[in-house]
Amino acid sequence: MNAKDALGRHGEQLAAEYLQQAGFRILDRNWRCAEGEIDIVMVDRRVLVACEVKTRSSTGYGTPLEAITRQKVRRLRHIAISWVQAHGVLFDEIRVDAVEVLRDRQGGFTIEHVRGVG
Amino acid sequence: MSLARTHSIALVGVEGHPVEIEADIENGLPGLLLVGLPDTALREARDRIRSAILNSKEEWPNRRITVGLSPASLPKRGSSFDLGIAIAILSADGVIPPVSLGDPPVGISDLMLLGELGLDGRLRPVRGMLPAVAAAAAAGFQSVAVPAENAAEASLVPGMRVVAASSLGSLLAWLRGQAGPRTTDRTDGMTGPAGTAGTAGVQLFEGGSLPPLCPPDGAAPEPGRGRDLADVVGQPTARRAAEICAAGGHHLLLLGPPGVGKTMLAERLPTLLPRLEPDAALEVTAIHSIAGALPSGSPLLTEPPFCAPHHTSTRAAIVGGGTGALHPGAASLAHHGFLFLDEAPEFPRDVLDALRQPLESGEVVLARCGLTARFPARFTLVLAANPCPCSRATSSRAACSCTPLVRRRYLARLSGPLLDRVDMKAEFLPVGKAELLSDRRFTEPSSVVAERVALARQRMGFRLRGTRWRLNAEIPGRELRRRYAPAPGALGPLERAMDLGEISARGVDRVIRLSWTVADLGGVARPTAAEISYALGLWLGVAQ
Repeated sequence: MNAKDALGRHGEQLAAEYLQQAGFRILDRNWRCAEGEIDIVMVDRRVLVACEVKTRSSTGYGTPLEAITRQKVRRLRHIAISWVQAHGVLFDEIRVDAVEVLRDRQGGFTIEHVRGVG
Repeated sequence: MSLARTHSIALVGVEGHPVEIEADIENGLPGLLLVGLPDTALREARDRIRSAILNSKEEWPNRRITVGLSPASLPKRGSSFDLGIAIAILSADGVIPPVSLGDPPVGISDLMLLGELGLDGRLRPVRGMLPAVAAAAAAGFQSVAVPAENAAEASLVPGMRVVAASSLGSLLAWLRGQAGPRTTDRTDGMTGPAGTAGTAGVQLFEGGSLPPLCPPDGAAPEPGRGRDLADVVGQPTARRAAEICAAGGHHLLLLGPPGVGKTMLAERLPTLLPRLEPDAALEVTAIHSIAGALPSGSPLLTEPPFCAPHHTSTRAAIVGGGTGALHPGAASLAHHGFLFLDEAPEFPRDVLDALRQPLESGEVVLARCGLTARFPARFTLVLAANPCPCSRATSSRAACSCTPLVRRRYLARLSGPLLDRVDMKAEFLPVGKAELLSDRRFTEPSSVVAERVALARQRMGFRLRGTRWRLNAEIPGRELRRRYAPAPGALGPLERAMDLGEISARGVDRVIRLSWTVADLGGVARPTAAEISYALGLWLGVAQ
């Protein structure tokens, strides 16, 4: 596994723990379909949340959140619909969130959760 | 605070309109959305401002930023909003105190912000600083932050506190009270080497202390750069016409073969004029500021401008225009001075005819989709032309080789309506050695003629006191008949010329204005038949 992929997996794990602690119920992780992958599928009351986790070791190439484009958000929404169809569960609403995981120089991580990015 | 408000100015022509800049930071994917009719240069501000903030060692708020410029219906152009947008974003992010900690304290939303940002966070000078700061003062602002290079120009406006910063970083330090501002005496800042004054940080200027309009004796540069009317030898009639033209602001056509001194004479016209009065100097400076034609170091133009565009100039270059931002043309750059069109028949006819409206109204009104811009253009028109393409028509030695048709067509390029607006037609005759030598005794230096012109201007200024007009050429026709009528019975020669169809009704008004200037120069209280006859001769181009 490449170093960047390992960092990504680690970031996703940290994000999942963080979200769980924040009170979200996680339904699925790394769910794949033909259109792509959702990092974390979770429930916020009666809303299904497709969550994209972006991890970086520095902001040298910009912040992780900046790397999430409009197209990516649109695709996540489509995949979330596919997830609902595949599992046959009904929700009031579908939302896309983003989680930024940034490693600082000391090796610690800062996590930021942005709700409803698209 | 996630919402902040700052202010800037949008220029339309020479008028500035206050623009409110609002920045709102909310949760969402990072990005900057700019709304409110920005043009391309302003859209690029997004990337410029981000780099400038990051390179000023500031945090870029990593959230969704919406920047709105209102009134949204007013088209906004150029890069002078950069500073206002950057401060609005940082203020919305809460990294600037809402009221500056610098001395004296200024609320962020009470500070007018003008300037372009470089990628490195430097503040770059912008055009049109003087009219923008004047508009800010009119809108009730008392403080303005400007790039250091624009400081001298901005502090021409009375009652304005000018915060001059060389970079975004130094302005932020001042706003946070980290850098003690050095209040500098204006004159000290001016004489210091340009550029070094600002690099130290922020400087404060109190506006309105206009620099002395006449520099102390000895330091004054010779107006006209060593040119003198005495150089024009052998053409006494033309010299006299130049004097009348300078005194009353009357338009002049110089007609003659090449090499007799038409261009030479025209170039010496500014040497006959007094320095601009303070309000006229500010008007002229504002126009030149918008055109980006101000000489660095001396922000206030005090000498009457002389603008001589080449005959290949386009209509937009002469009257002003452009597709995006509207630029003043040569006619406006010559405001309160001379617009000299050398080889006038070579100018495209539509360019010459486009001058007819500013000649009448003293301003250029440019209408574009969504906005109308006004540029003042009260200039004295000076045209120079050869009598025919071969230019030997008036020579005694060689015969003119042009056919009558060619000759007629050549001068017909100057349209009748245009020539009708030209008050004086001065014909230059080719001169021989004897005439040159004999005339040498009668030539006067510019300074002597300028004294007479100044005296005549004093007389007309006294007569026109309490009105909007400064020069005889500006008096409207109605007032000319009501308040400034010539002596009774003086109009005889004019009435005869009108009966013969030699002169139009507008021409009659122009001759009367001209006769007032002739009277002012001659020290006559009111034009008599003699002044009217002479003025008519000048109008027809037969005076000797």
